[in-house]
Amino acid sequence: MASFKPTKIPIYPKLGEKVTPDTLYWKNYKAPVQIKEFGAVTSIDFSPLAPHNYAVTASTRIHIYGPFSQEPVKTFTRFKDTAYSGKFRSDGQLLVAGCEDSVVRLFDVSGKVALRVFKGHTKGVHVTDFTSDCYHILTGSDDYTCRLWDIPNSTELTSYKEHTDYIRCGTTSKLNRDIFITGSYDHTLRVFDARVEKSVMTMDHSQPVESVLLYPSEGLLVSAGGRYVKVWDLLKGGQPLVSLKNHHKTVTCLGLSGNGQRLLSASLDRHVKVYNTTNYKVVHNFDYAASILSLALAPDDESVVVGMTNGVLSIKHRKSPEEKQEVAGKQRRRPVYRIFVKGRNYVPKKDDFLVSKPVKSHLAKYDKQLKRFNISKALDTALESWRKNRKPEITVAVMKELDRRGTLNNALAGRDEQNLSQLLNFLIGNVVDPRFTPVLVTATEMILDIYKAVVGQSSVVDRQLVRLQELVEREIDYQQDLLEVLGMLDTLFASSLPRKEVPCPGSSRPNGLAEGGLGAPGPQLQAA
Amino acid sequence: MVAHAEIRVVHCGGSKINFREPVITNDSRFLLCASGESVKVYSSSSEECIHDLQGHTDLVSGIVRNPSNHLQVYSCSTDGTVRLWDFTDGILIKTFIIGYPIYSIYVSEKHGGVVFVVIPMANDKSSELFQLVAVHLPRSVDQEVEARELSAVLYDVSPYPGAASFGREGEYIAAAKGLQLEVFFFKKQKSYRFLLKSGIKKGAKNEFTCVSCHPKEDCIATGHADGKIRLWRNFNQKKEYTYSTLHWHHGAVNTLHFTPEGTNLLSGGIESVLVQWCYTQENQKDFLPRLGAAITHIAVSPDGSLFCTSHSDNKITIIQSCVKVSAIIQGLVKGEGVRTDLTIDPRSKALVLNGKPGHLQFYSLHHDKQLYNLDIVQQEYIHEEGLDQFEVVKAAFDTRGDWLATVEERKQKGSELEINLKLWAYDEQTQSFVLNTTVTAPHEDRITAMCFSPSPETTMLVTISFDGHFKAWLLADHSDTKEGASWSCDFVGGYHLLKPGCCCFSADGSLLAVGFQEVVTVWSPASWELLTTLSQPPGAIRDLCFGRLSCSKYLLGTSTKNQLSCWNLLTCSLEWSTPMDVSLLQADPLSENIAAFCSQSDCSDLFVFKPSEPRPLYSQRALCTGQVQHAVFAPRDQMLESCEERAQWLNRSQLYFLTQHMDLMTFSTKTEEDRLLASSKQLVVDDSVAVTPFYLLLGKHRQQQQEKQEVLTNPMAERTQLPQGSIAIKELLYTPAHVLPSASFLCSMFVRSLLISSSSASEEKEPVEEEMESEEGDSEGEADPRDARQDLGGSAAWGPGEELGAPALTKAQERELRRVKNVDHSWLSNLLEC
Repeated sequence: MASFKPTKIPIYPKLGEKVTPDTLYWKNYKAPVQIKEFGAVTSIDFSPLAPHNYAVTASTRIHIYGPFSQEPVKTFTRFKDTAYSGKFRSDGQLLVAGCEDSVVRLFDVSGKVALRVFKGHTKGVHVTDFTSDCYHILTGSDDYTCRLWDIPNSTELTSYKEHTDYIRCGTTSKLNRDIFITGSYDHTLRVFDARVEKSVMTMDHSQPVESVLLYPSEGLLVSAGGRYVKVWDLLKGGQPLVSLKNHHKTVTCLGLSGNGQRLLSASLDRHVKVYNTTNYKVVHNFDYAASILSLALAPDDESVVVGMTNGVLSIKHRKSPEEKQEVAGKQRRRPVYRIFVKGRNYVPKKDDFLVSKPVKSHLAKYDKQLKRFNISKALDTALESWRKNRKPEITVAVMKELDRRGTLNNALAGRDEQNLSQLLNFLIGNVVDPRFTPVLVTATEMILDIYKAVVGQSSVVDRQLVRLQELVEREIDYQQDLLEVLGMLDTLFASSLPRKEVPCPGSSRPNGLAEGGLGAPGPQLQAA
Repeated sequence: MVAHAEIRVVHCGGSKINFREPVITNDSRFLLCASGESVKVYSSSSEECIHDLQGHTDLVSGIVRNPSNHLQVYSCSTDGTVRLWDFTDGILIKTFIIGYPIYSIYVSEKHGGVVFVVIPMANDKSSELFQLVAVHLPRSVDQEVEARELSAVLYDVSPYPGAASFGREGEYIAAAKGLQLEVFFFKKQKSYRFLLKSGIKKGAKNEFTCVSCHPKEDCIATGHADGKIRLWRNFNQKKEYTYSTLHWHHGAVNTLHFTPEGTNLLSGGIESVLVQWCYTQENQKDFLPRLGAAITHIAVSPDGSLFCTSHSDNKITIIQSCVKVSAIIQGLVKGEGVRTDLTIDPRSKALVLNGKPGHLQFYSLHHDKQLYNLDIVQQEYIHEEGLDQFEVVKAAFDTRGDWLATVEERKQKGSELEINLKLWAYDEQTQSFVLNTTVTAPHEDRITAMCFSPSPETTMLVTISFDGHFKAWLLADHSDTKEGASWSCDFVGGYHLLKPGCCCFSADGSLLAVGFQEVVTVWSPASWELLTTLSQPPGAIRDLCFGRLSCSKYLLGTSTKNQLSCWNLLTCSLEWSTPMDVSLLQADPLSENIAAFCSQSDCSDLFVFKPSEPRPLYSQRALCTGQVQHAVFAPRDQMLESCEERAQWLNRSQLYFLTQHMDLMTFSTKTEEDRLLASSKQLVVDDSVAVTPFYLLLGKHRQQQQEKQEVLTNPMAERTQLPQGSIAIKELLYTPAHVLPSASFLCSMFVRSLLISSSSASEEKEPVEEEMESEEGDSEGEADPRDARQDLGGSAAWGPGEELGAPALTKAQERELRRVKNVDHSWLSNLLEC
């Protein structure tokens, strides 16, 4: 004698993206803080020193913000024109910035006036950086040159004029004081060694290069330009490793997460994508309100700072572990089964005789009613559960079960106005959900059949019926549009797919294939 | 048949056991039921089949207890004989030849020496009219007696055995047919007829379905097609009869039965609920719900303690006084059709096919017993006629038996086809399949075939459907998320929107052949590239099958237009083809052989061949009537060593097939039969003798002696048993005496080895004994060595044969005695009762 099998509530796949550890990690940020700057934010740089202030270059100013302040800690305003690329030195004491007026200025973080002024470039300087020995400065300019400067003497050491277009990005090696890399709008990336007069390595990105990034190990170089993000293996002489095309507008900025496991790219298409650096698959995606020009991550990913073209600086801070626990604690405080059961923890002794009691399986209320064939009551209970917990799955599953038993008609019939309007409410809410449509359409048809005689007697029900009608009409239009799009896509795919000849043996062989009977059978492939 | 005496086509179990009402013996220990052409005797406590009473040459159509001897039963059959059996020993006592096909049999205590049987009115079988006749069984010492003394009792009765019943003390017999109840009084030699109105106008269906008479009072209970039960009283006259109506069943009442004291009336129907009505207080009723399938018969033991119900899913349930199901005897469930093909579970080697609704049954072919049912649909089954239920339509195992894929579908009038694809993972702990993935609506139309890839690297399933596509499903490992591995669709393929009909993987899983009507497409599952197309018009491809082992380069296909073709995949050309109407093509997984069943004017032929050889290895004309729909090769546990050339294809696996009439048949070779015969002699289970110490001591000796004789007479049996005994003896005989351990140690070992070889069942009890001994060890520890020392002198001279006859109490015997002392005292109580 088998026991009653409860109604099966199907588990529907969660719509939307899958929950991976990455999504959990990158979603664990608070709501962003937004600060309005004077112009487009072109560069953000975090101080390597402990409070991790960050310098934000926007318009003719550089603001330095503390990690949790929304007001700038310090401001540098001594720029005649648009400032570019405010960068901290590795000891966090000095800050260098380029300017549209071709002058490079060096500031003391605590001071106000420029300590040194480097003049020599003939056009705006978009790239500045300190070398790893802290005594030199690398600059790259729109006059196609990149230069090295000596800080103590404020003199120019070397100048390289190999690029044939604006130099808009560059970085210095953190391990070798002589090596630096520049990227230019002439589509090339060049690796320079200060001890050699010419560039030692050239890589072709085939798009104007907007950003370069060296891995902490400095074996791999990442460049962004156009819609592409490319990874180069420096140890193999600049061999391209991967080319990623996940943005649909120019990629402007690159970043690396604290542990070096994730690569971030920001683009004018207002997205920030997070890549896994082992397989270069996108694992997460941030959306922003405007095109992104600059991006920086605080050490250990404590905050994500993004600068946009509309001058808005968006700062997201990581949730602290206490807050996280609070959220978890709230979930745990649900009502628990707390009835005192005598001897619940009693462990039988060796000589005890165990009398086994049949385990009574718990049935949900609607299942109990279904077991006793109380079909209308079961449907009522299921509707009740929908109103309380907003779980249409249960209600739909009960309806499906009733339909399977052939008694849905009886269960739907014989309802008063209030009951019927509840039922219609449920249908209006869920009938267009593709997961429930097959069941609910049957139920709707039954309801219309049953109650068509009493239409017009109740204004509430009539209004709901009209709403239902509108809903269905809209859904039909929508489906038609979708089908049209699908048809268009099919034609596109059909024309873009190469027609491949299937090797079929000639008619001389006794294959039996009727000559010319099938023509050229092309495989019909469809993406799964 | 004569040409190939070596190979015979034999029935292979799985016959119906719910055809007729089962019979419980007087002591409630045995249950007898008609099963095809034999009568099966089951133990009502252990569910074990004890005897198979064979002798009838046609369907057994009824069993009744012999009222004058409680150790005998009568059985009747459509072969026109009534046979008398002793069911405890399984002996045929007498055969009474009636000469007409018999459809049911009744007996009464009052009418000694007479059985009442239902035979056709006219002599020919096709007659639709039946009569109830009394047969006087002649007293004679002969085995076969002709009983020609027939006297008709009632004309125009129903052949269904539930439609007639003897009344109080056999004074009258009530029989129902259609809308008429007829009661015949033997004393008055007069019958009364009671007619009911058809009632169709009022929505009632008043036809009688079954009749049961109260054993103590004048009351007849009748069941009706609309679910009503009528209790008739005062029927010994034409006019003033009365009846009262009980109504609970919503479907037809299939069976009715009064308990022996008449206190209760039992009824059952399609609802699969056993209803117990209290006689005289009819509004009191007890229910035993959810018995699994529609109840077809109810039987009650003569003392009223046991009920048993037969169900439409070939099951007999034994119920203890209407509260507890104590045992279930389940036969092979055969519905209207085997929607899932026959498959073999690679782990348990069980035959797998769809069983009771929504379930997959695992049926052990060796033991002719259902192992278990796997609930596929996992929904409450509503026992009601006219409902569209989910049916399991496809099932497939992967090569190792780790995964099971099932397809269930439900077609409701006027609504979409509901299909679910379910994938089940084998769970080592629970030793059964656990649901892993459910895919709702995997295809838009019916799934026609599916198969797992045999390659060991990937776990892949391919389903093909009438919607013109085939889909490949892959086990995707989501190690980065919380859920475990689950299945997802990997590829959707099609060919010119043709409807695919069949698919097959090559033996190594590197090629997939899908038959799209007239074209066979060959795909590479690694890249999902269409490699080639093969075609042999006219006729759509019906079945595809790759060759195995040395013939793996061949692809065989059958088409609807009587064509069997074989392509060579290396040259992509047709190797050979022959005009043959092959209805079924089946490849042996363990050899190159391929079996083809051909249907030819209402009978089937079998050809077994290798794709590389033009000559068939074996052929059998007129295998069975009708088309063979399903067949499967079941791998053998042990390879058969048959030197006969014709039987060699059966060495590695056995071929089972289902005929149109749903009989499970197989091929058996002579060597196999010899072996079976040898083993069956050993398997005499004698549980009728109480276990007394005397029996334990003496019975064991006798068994061993018997076996020894068997060993001498039958060299076949010798080979099968002995393995453990021989090692110990060898050790004893061939090791130099000075290296041997002490004789006391050897002696016990030697004796034990002999004991184990004689009864493997006692092996399980062994550890228990050991434990007991260790507890008692203190007291007897000193005694043992002394015994052993006494044995020391004799043990050197012992041969294996001498010991058997020796009456001396050995240690093992002593232990047996001790065990009896501790365990079993029931024999004493038995004695006291006597």
